[in-house]
Amino acid sequence: MNTSLILIIITTALVNNVVLSQFLGICSFLGVSKQIKTSLSLGVAVIFVITLSSGVASLLYDFLLVPLHLEYLETIVFILVIAALVQIVEMFLKKTSPAIYNALGIYLPLITTNCAVLGVALTNVQDGYNFIQSVTAGFGTAIGYTISIVLLAGIRERIDEASVPLPFRGAPVVLLSAALMSIAFMGFAGLSL
Amino acid sequence: MNKYTERIYNGVVKENPSLVLMLGMCPTLAVTTSAINGIGMGLSTLAVLIFSNLIISLMRKIIPDQVRLPAYIVIVASLVTVVDLLLQAYAPGLYASLGIYIPLIVVNCIILGRAEAYANKVGPGLALFDGLGMGLGFTIALTLIGMIRELLGSGKLFGFAVLPDSVSPIAIFVKAPGAFLVIALIIAVMNALHIKNNSADLVKGCDGCCNHCSKSGCQNENKEG
Repeated sequence: MNTSLILIIITTALVNNVVLSQFLGICSFLGVSKQIKTSLSLGVAVIFVITLSSGVASLLYDFLLVPLHLEYLETIVFILVIAALVQIVEMFLKKTSPAIYNALGIYLPLITTNCAVLGVALTNVQDGYNFIQSVTAGFGTAIGYTISIVLLAGIRERIDEASVPLPFRGAPVVLLSAALMSIAFMGFAGLSL
Repeated sequence: MNKYTERIYNGVVKENPSLVLMLGMCPTLAVTTSAINGIGMGLSTLAVLIFSNLIISLMRKIIPDQVRLPAYIVIVASLVTVVDLLLQAYAPGLYASLGIYIPLIVVNCIILGRAEAYANKVGPGLALFDGLGMGLGFTIALTLIGMIRELLGSGKLFGFAVLPDSVSPIAIFVKAPGAFLVIALIIAVMNALHIKNNSADLVKGCDGCCNHCSKSGCQNENKEG
């Protein structure tokens, strides 16, 4: 494993954190972060799907869309591939390992419309990554997603026991916590890589 | 008020997608660094929403129920590709600053949400006005947030300097944390107004039910969560 791949992981997971600096996957970030346990399960499912889909999307782009000069169809092709992939993964897990399916199954449909998945596939193409770099970037991004959603869930478990001023209950206090986390993650931008 | 203007009022005020339903948060947070970007994103989404609502409403009797979601996704993705290419050709500056968020209109919950919740049940006229109302509501919200962030973060409004040089702008408002901060405060103010008017419901939003972006999706999510 050479250093450039490690750099990709650090950049995608921390410096350009997918949620806190790219604003992708905000819906599930705000919606499924009530408990650490469920947010961790979602994180694992996201790691699985994003790593897989960025690999498949990269292969399709390099070996199907580019030779046929159909690059402008990338949005349509990628979203369909992601939707199909999530379906296949769901069916495959249901048949082969019911234990994993029970733990992650309910989160899989949620991931199709998670814009982080499509966002990573499109960014990889924009950055001109090859297959290995795309899979690495996908993995790193998903790790970054998991880190931020689990951290937010930890904060929210504490907020539940605090007395929050009435107008700030619900979404505002969660968004404020996210703002503070985002300020903290801006510190990683100072890393000289 | 006839039923067509009612759809527009509903989209802009009563069920404003960004500020009341809290749908489509990704672009709302990401592109509102300036008022112009907010308008650009809002109008692109408006165009996609009008045509997707119209086409889905026209095809509602043809598309079989079991495969409706993939069919909607193909329709929306095609429209987004058209908008993407048009912006690339005629508004390269805006295209560069909106970047990846243009193709990501495909997964904007508002669009599939309106298709599922409204457009596939009514005639093309109503569906079109629903798209227009929702799109306008989204555009107004994005422009408003963009204006606040641009004014506080860079001392400008629509690109023109409005604050005197002696007032130094608060740069964090155009950076990532500023987006979360401004939206949190806007929702808190709206909640405070609701409380003052003794209206029981606070802005709760759909609470992240990007599942299938429909009412049923929300209920499933709540059961599991």
